[in-house]
Amino acid sequence: MKITKQEVLHVANLARLDVDKVLIDKFAGQIGTILEYVDTLKSVDTQGVTPTSHAIFLTNAFREDEEKQSIDCNSALSNAPEKEDGNFIVPKVINS
Amino acid sequence: MNLHELTIKKAHTLLKEKEISSQELTRAVLDRIDAVEEKVGAYISVARETAMAQAKIADKAISQGNILPLTGIPMAIKDLMCTKGLLTTCASRILENFVPPYDATVVKKLKTQGAVIIGKANMDEFAMGSSNEHSAIKLTHNPWDLTRIPGGSSGGSAAAVAADMCIGSLGSDTGGSIRQPASHCGVVGMKPTYGRVSRFGLVAFASSLDQIGPLTKDVTDCAMVMNVISGYDSADSTSVPEDVPDYTSFLEDDLRGMVVGIPKQYSSAKGLDPDVSEAVKNAVEKIQGLGAGCVEVSLPHTEHAVAAYYVIAPSEASSNLARYDGVKYGYRDKNKKSLMEMYKSTRSRGFGPEVQRRIILGTYSLSAGYYDAYYGKASQVRTLIIEDFKKAFESCDVILSPVAPTPAFKIGEMVDDPLTMYLSDIFTLSANLAGIPGISVPCGFSSNGLPIGLQIMAKHFDEGKLIKVAYNFEQSTDFHKKKPKL
Repeated sequence: MKITKQEVLHVANLARLDVDKVLIDKFAGQIGTILEYVDTLKSVDTQGVTPTSHAIFLTNAFREDEEKQSIDCNSALSNAPEKEDGNFIVPKVINS
Repeated sequence: MNLHELTIKKAHTLLKEKEISSQELTRAVLDRIDAVEEKVGAYISVARETAMAQAKIADKAISQGNILPLTGIPMAIKDLMCTKGLLTTCASRILENFVPPYDATVVKKLKTQGAVIIGKANMDEFAMGSSNEHSAIKLTHNPWDLTRIPGGSSGGSAAAVAADMCIGSLGSDTGGSIRQPASHCGVVGMKPTYGRVSRFGLVAFASSLDQIGPLTKDVTDCAMVMNVISGYDSADSTSVPEDVPDYTSFLEDDLRGMVVGIPKQYSSAKGLDPDVSEAVKNAVEKIQGLGAGCVEVSLPHTEHAVAAYYVIAPSEASSNLARYDGVKYGYRDKNKKSLMEMYKSTRSRGFGPEVQRRIILGTYSLSAGYYDAYYGKASQVRTLIIEDFKKAFESCDVILSPVAPTPAFKIGEMVDDPLTMYLSDIFTLSANLAGIPGISVPCGFSSNGLPIGLQIMAKHFDEGKLIKVAYNFEQSTDFHKKKPKL
């Protein structure tokens, strides 16, 4: 097995996923098969090859630091699952 | 005359000559949707009221003599481009109720032209898939054979064009998601050069690979839509400030002096269907017959493209999809008391299995101890693939190949075998890794009547050559005139 159930659980936790118990075995098998296939990349000689993150030559897109109109608070909150007084509501993170 | 069957060009001419109104055209398309949507399932939502209101405004503009190429034309939009005030779900439970407060740049451009947004097309969830079977909302069926997939991930956009449920549409392509469904549904689909079309307001899957493009009934329409959506946008920092030619100027009848390249690695690709192989071979001969020269080219790293892609795309996706945390928009599991429990439950309930599989794969590839072996290595192989294309384009103007190794497969056939499904992207995803443009144009039918597409690829910003070759080929064949029986 290329990836164990425990590793899948560990990575799922890093990605903030609580994968269904039934799915874990299936995922470990499928992801293992994909990773075995991905290992064929090892046969490619990449000594000294520069990695590419973007296929097009890009430069930083700078602009003047000017104030511009952006969407208003109500629009920004319009899709919030829970909101109050112009704020997003999140579960309590600090215990007093 | 069935108005819903019109191309953009013909509809534009009739609107201009006041032979028809946009309201008549829009009504005809809505009636067509009502008649066949149950069979095809191309749409996640149909914007009946706003579409008719936009048509009315278009008619008023036309009556005052103000008509642009897309004024009054009903267009379908893949449901991952933000449409102000219209549901944009990405075919995911996690965005099931998301109503964007702004328009994507491409949508804004269509609206500026006075186009009619007829509805939002179905897709694989977050554009992850080649069959539309990963939509969390509904299944889309291939209009040519309802037991088969339309292709993906822009399957709804392709099926809607093929079934005349819109006049043209927009899709997005991260590894073949415009070209492959266009091929399977017998329509024209173009993935432009990375950076040619603004991605602002496109829900991100893999940011270095994603590109928006048109799906249309013919090559002329493709050129007309490209003219509208292309160009620099300061809201997208990867958009390229390069001049945009008039793409319709490439709709000319001459291929003399043009050289087409045939990659030797492609003919030996595993699992290439004999009908596809034959149709593409015939297309190459046809194009040579039209005056183009032909050379063999080599793309030696082709066999590694799928492996590199399925490291890079999921890695970028795992990072992009971190934003769905149940706080700012979308679904939230409100029963969880702690922040961590809320995140995990929201994401696990909100994302479907394919999306979760890719997030895990991407997170693994980027995690400590694996980064160099997976993401680092794949990014180096990506460089080699780009160099392959650079070398190949030294001896030819465009490269010809199949789009998909087989015609559309049966619904359910591959759904539990992700690797086999991924391998079917072999001919398309290199273009995304290299950032080059590609088009799919109908080039034949299989023995059981399923459409087959020819892929044409060119250098960065050489979309004009694609249009020229595709147009000449199309004009010498009648595959694009065939319609599915529904």
